[in-house]
Amino acid sequence: MTALRTTLTVNGRPYDLDVEPRRTLADALREDCGLTGTHLGCEHGVCGACTVLVDGQAVRSCLLFAVQCTDAEIRTVEGLADGAEHPLQTAFSAEHALQCGFCTPGFLMLAVGALEKDPGVVRDAERLRELLTSNLCRCTGYEAIRRAVVAAAGDRPAGED
Amino acid sequence: MKPAPFEYVAARSADDVVAALADGRTEVLAGGQSLVLEMNYRTRRPARLVDINRVPGFDTVEAIGDTVRIGPLVRHQAFESGAVPGQLGALLHRVVRHIAHPPIRTRGTMLGSLAYAHPAAEWPAVITALGAELDLVGAGGRRTVAAGDFFLAPFRTARRPDELLAEVRLPVLPAGTVIGFAEHRRTHASFAQLAVIAAVTLADGRVSSASIGLVNAADRPVRARAAEAALLGRPLDDPAVAAAARAAAEQDADPGPQPYTDLAYQRHTVAVLTRRALDQARTEG
Ligand SMILES: Cc1cc2nc3c(=O)[nH]c(=O)nc-3n(C[C@H](O)[C@H](O)[C@H](O)COP(=O)(O)OP(=O)(O)OC[C@H]3O[C@@H](n4cnc5c(N)ncnc54)[C@H](O)[C@@H]3O)c2cc1C
Ligand code: FES
Ligand code: FES
Repeated sequence: MTALRTTLTVNGRPYDLDVEPRRTLADALREDCGLTGTHLGCEHGVCGACTVLVDGQAVRSCLLFAVQCTDAEIRTVEGLADGAEHPLQTAFSAEHALQCGFCTPGFLMLAVGALEKDPGVVRDAERLRELLTSNLCRCTGYEAIRRAVVAAAGDRPAGED
Repeated sequence: MKPAPFEYVAARSADDVVAALADGRTEVLAGGQSLVLEMNYRTRRPARLVDINRVPGFDTVEAIGDTVRIGPLVRHQAFESGAVPGQLGALLHRVVRHIAHPPIRTRGTMLGSLAYAHPAAEWPAVITALGAELDLVGAGGRRTVAAGDFFLAPFRTARRPDELLAEVRLPVLPAGTVIGFAEHRRTHASFAQLAVIAAVTLADGRVSSASIGLVNAADRPVRARAAEAALLGRPLDDPAVAAAARAAAEQDADPGPQPYTDLAYQRHTVAVLTRRALDQARTEG
């Protein structure tokens, strides 16, 4: 099958790739761009480990083809720390919101997307819970993750209740 | 797993899509939230995909007179952010919160869900209950199909392989309509086991019309005509709600074997959910 020339813009940097149409965005990021921070769990939309931002929206990168993403602004976990840690990264660390870390990049991108769109999401317990049910974590339980997202939204200093 | 190889075309117009579908081995790629997952499993191996994500105008929601037109690229998320006004919009909003998760709803589309026809999907039962119409466009031209004739079986519809599902038209709900939605599922993240949609119009305190839809209660979405008939002309009170719930469970539902449940349980659940949906309609509007 012939490869198609595709330019992905990831964390502000262009990557010129020749990819088969069947290459998912997740695989293109990991295998072709070398950005292995985006993880793959289920490859069928359930776990959310592969969550990245495409034009500001959190999406499952396992359910999108790379060739669909030309002209899009893609953001992955590698782009979060800008010199210093992103406030969400600090909060995840302070709140012990990860153990093995497998799900963490997906949760970070899910939360970054939601907070950038509407920081008020943390003040609506039901909406925040619904948001966090999008992704699966097999280690920590979700309470620490919830606290970290609330802390990162600036509502409460990380590490304090 | 990874998808099998396929060819890819990005359509720029409805004509591009129809032309691409004419070869009989091409499938539409809309939100990809069901298709790509099946391709990852290799339960689907389309030879070619025509991507409709860049077709201008496909994402429009338009109110024309008493109907609302929904295009092929209107994502689930649009119904959360008030794309459709009035009680119809309120009903779609109540339903959409039960479809998958926020990151799936930013990509998945209403028409993709209709074309896919998953037996436990919410939208097919919504459009069946409301008596919507669908427009299909293929090389042979454009035709209109009533929602009640569109769904044939799980994952089977009246759409021919070379046809684009071009729009669905939903009737606006008349003044005095109250709405309800109740769903049962095993975990927050799973598909519905069963769900009931209700839109009941009251005039002078009595039911003048009712639309009740059942999700996953038969081999296709059900318009619960017996339950609707049980309400007509009566006040929406406890006895009427109980009669409708009984009719939905005993006459309208036609459940088949399902994992985790037996038939009696499914009928019982239909009755409970019908009552809950109608209770929600009369208390919350
Ligand atoms: C984790 C997860 C949970 C989910 N939970 C739910 C849920 O609770 N309830 C629910 O209803 N859905 C659920 N879904 C499915 C989701 O709603 C999908 O968005 C939907 O089923 C398909 O829409 P799509 O736009 O993604 O279509 P695609 O996946 O792009 O397409 C699906 C099928 O329809 C065809 N098609 C799509 N659009 C058209 C068109 N305009 N004309 C002709 N053919 C077309 C495609 O060729 C394909 O065969 C879930 C999905 C995931 C991954
Ligand atoms: S790997 Fe994409 S959702 Fe699990
Ligand atoms: S920290 Fe291990 S899966 Fe979430």
